[in-house]
Amino acid sequence: MHRRPAFGVVLGLTLAFLLSACGKEAPPPPAPKAEAPKPPPEVVVKIGSVAPLTGPQSHLGKDNENGTRLAIEEVNAKGLMIGGAKVRFELLSEDDQADPKTGTIVAQKLVDAKVAGVIGHLNSGTTIPASKIYHDAGIVQISPSATNPKYTEQGYQGAFRVMANDVQQGKTLGDYAVSKMGAKRIAIIDDRTAYGQGLADEFEKAAKAGGATLVGREYTNDKATDFRAILTSIKGKKPDLVFYGGMDAQAGLMVAQMKTLAVKARFLAGDGAQSPEFIKLAGPAADGVVASSPGLPLDKMPGGKGFTDKFTAKFGPIQIYAPFAYDATLTLIEAMTKANSTDPGKYLPELARTSRQGVTGPIAFDAKGDLKNGPITLYVVKEGKWNPLETVGGDAAAPAAAPAPEKPAAKPAAAPAPAAEKK
Amino acid sequence: MDIFVQQLINGLVLGAIYALVALGYTMVYGILGLINFAHGEVVMIGAMVALSVIQVLVASGIALPGPVIAALGLLAAMPVCMVLGFAIERVAYRPLRNAPRLAALITAIGVSILLQNVAMIIWGRQYHSFPALLPSTPHQLAGATINDLQIFIVLLAIAIMAGLLYLVHRTRLGRAMRATSENPEIAGLMGVDINTVISITFVIGSALAAVAGVMISAYYGIAHYFMGFMLGLKAFTAAVLGGIGNLAGAMLGGVLLGVIESLGAGYIGALTGGFLGSHYQDVFAFLVLILVLTLRPSGLLGERVAERS
Repeated sequence: MHRRPAFGVVLGLTLAFLLSACGKEAPPPPAPKAEAPKPPPEVVVKIGSVAPLTGPQSHLGKDNENGTRLAIEEVNAKGLMIGGAKVRFELLSEDDQADPKTGTIVAQKLVDAKVAGVIGHLNSGTTIPASKIYHDAGIVQISPSATNPKYTEQGYQGAFRVMANDVQQGKTLGDYAVSKMGAKRIAIIDDRTAYGQGLADEFEKAAKAGGATLVGREYTNDKATDFRAILTSIKGKKPDLVFYGGMDAQAGLMVAQMKTLAVKARFLAGDGAQSPEFIKLAGPAADGVVASSPGLPLDKMPGGKGFTDKFTAKFGPIQIYAPFAYDATLTLIEAMTKANSTDPGKYLPELARTSRQGVTGPIAFDAKGDLKNGPITLYVVKEGKWNPLETVGGDAAAPAAAPAPEKPAAKPAAAPAPAAEKK
Repeated sequence: MDIFVQQLINGLVLGAIYALVALGYTMVYGILGLINFAHGEVVMIGAMVALSVIQVLVASGIALPGPVIAALGLLAAMPVCMVLGFAIERVAYRPLRNAPRLAALITAIGVSILLQNVAMIIWGRQYHSFPALLPSTPHQLAGATINDLQIFIVLLAIAIMAGLLYLVHRTRLGRAMRATSENPEIAGLMGVDINTVISITFVIGSALAAVAGVMISAYYGIAHYFMGFMLGLKAFTAAVLGGIGNLAGAMLGGVLLGVIESLGAGYIGALTGGFLGSHYQDVFAFLVLILVLTLRPSGLLGERVAERS
């Protein structure tokens, strides 16, 4: 068994290459206008997308990749002139397996391929080490979903994200657990990734500050399927709330196993668990579970309904981050258009100045590259569906930032029937 | 106390699951001295095929009791796995039988990767939820909970081990297997058709893999294309711990590994005053493995020459 992990890496590399090959082939179909009717030649601009495309989070990775793909296909279909030449964007999709080591390898690969910008990675654990490689190569990166605060605290000019970070999210969750769910005895489990651990720590701080007692802190990993041992040990400490910092694949099974072990505690989690996949895996045990997610509920997003329709028609149900990946891509491309250049050095100032209306809400960055005033929404599972409970922030939150005069993203007029979220 | 009993039960069931898979590893190793890394993937294929059949049956709306549907799924998965096992041996291992060990090992890993990717293409990358078809009525036992399915898994692992022991030690085919294991050339000269014996070993092992796959998916309620990877790794560890090639050893190793993991995860934090957390459970499991291998290099029940199943 000592040999296996080494071969796992080889497998990962092989896969990454195979997948990247697929990624290269995929985009051409939507560009039938490549007949070259006019002399101005097409310039191909490569945009990288990195997410785990194999392993337990592959459904989320594919979700991100498809969000980016949809944006690129739309822009290509419209046709875009940058610097006097017709530009065709090409998606280079890489698989980082949610593994920090693989994350840096594929990041280097994208740098070598001379991408103009990167949408990724999905996980904080892969985004942070990869960001150094992009920074050193002068490439701009927008992560649609990495929420660990460290990512933008490294002082890298070209590192951005389009959702609220875990300091905000952990605090929202901790406050909610204590004040609204009435939790007094809290047990915390995390998956030891940068995301899970970071969010759990922030949650712990906020919950303790609110007056709750931490009765147990247990750990698992992002590939585990059996949580009975740690749940049993938690059961012995009689908590009234269990918080999990980690992703949906584990959270779903964990909730189901809590039920079979008769652990009588509410379950609370962050954005990693707030997916339709979670409900599928947890089954009937999902009822009553609360989770947060940066952003607004899909049907309240300014362009949420239209995006949901377009996306589901092409790729099936949205997991979590597809709209964020879509927004991140269009934000990147808009900055290129404004700067009239696809050179990261030239369009970076434009990107930092971004102020646009995305499908997830208004997008503007602060000095670190974090989303200004990112809202966070809490959801509860009822009858096999995530139902929004309340949205925190958006315009009121983010005390550090200047009091932004932007309107709240939810345009009441543009929010039609709540039937937007399928599945 | 009830928490301790619950941890023991958790460990026992987890161990039985490892044992179900470890039996397949150990059987092939016993005959060929080959670590069949693709075994975990055969387990996965078994689970996925059964799941597809079960989904069709459930969707068709035929009113059958849950266990019958599960059994039908299993009946469909077994032949598929048997053919697959036969094909793997025929295509990937037989041509390399006289090649250096390392060559066969690499092929085994290659087959494993191939099967994972084929499964990913067929069934997609997402987790599939496996319907709860088998009864899981909880029972109270010394303050802890154990359900029907958990009891059944433990009994099934014991039954399969007993069946294999009988096959290997009391039947004509078993004698041929043992002869092949001792020395393939001499066995061949003595009139044993070693190709057939080895093929049958793979076919039986793969049928058991299908059983293991269905039980594991039913227990956890999920199936996905890479479920065989970790499972294979843990089962392989269990087989080595018990003495690879020894059937009773696979069972013992599986249960031991399961209980160590479970107690480790449950008590490390309390024992070390929070210095080590429950994520160190694997460290303890592998520490035990290292200790056992240092003191008894062939595993707990392993005997090098005399009896490789």
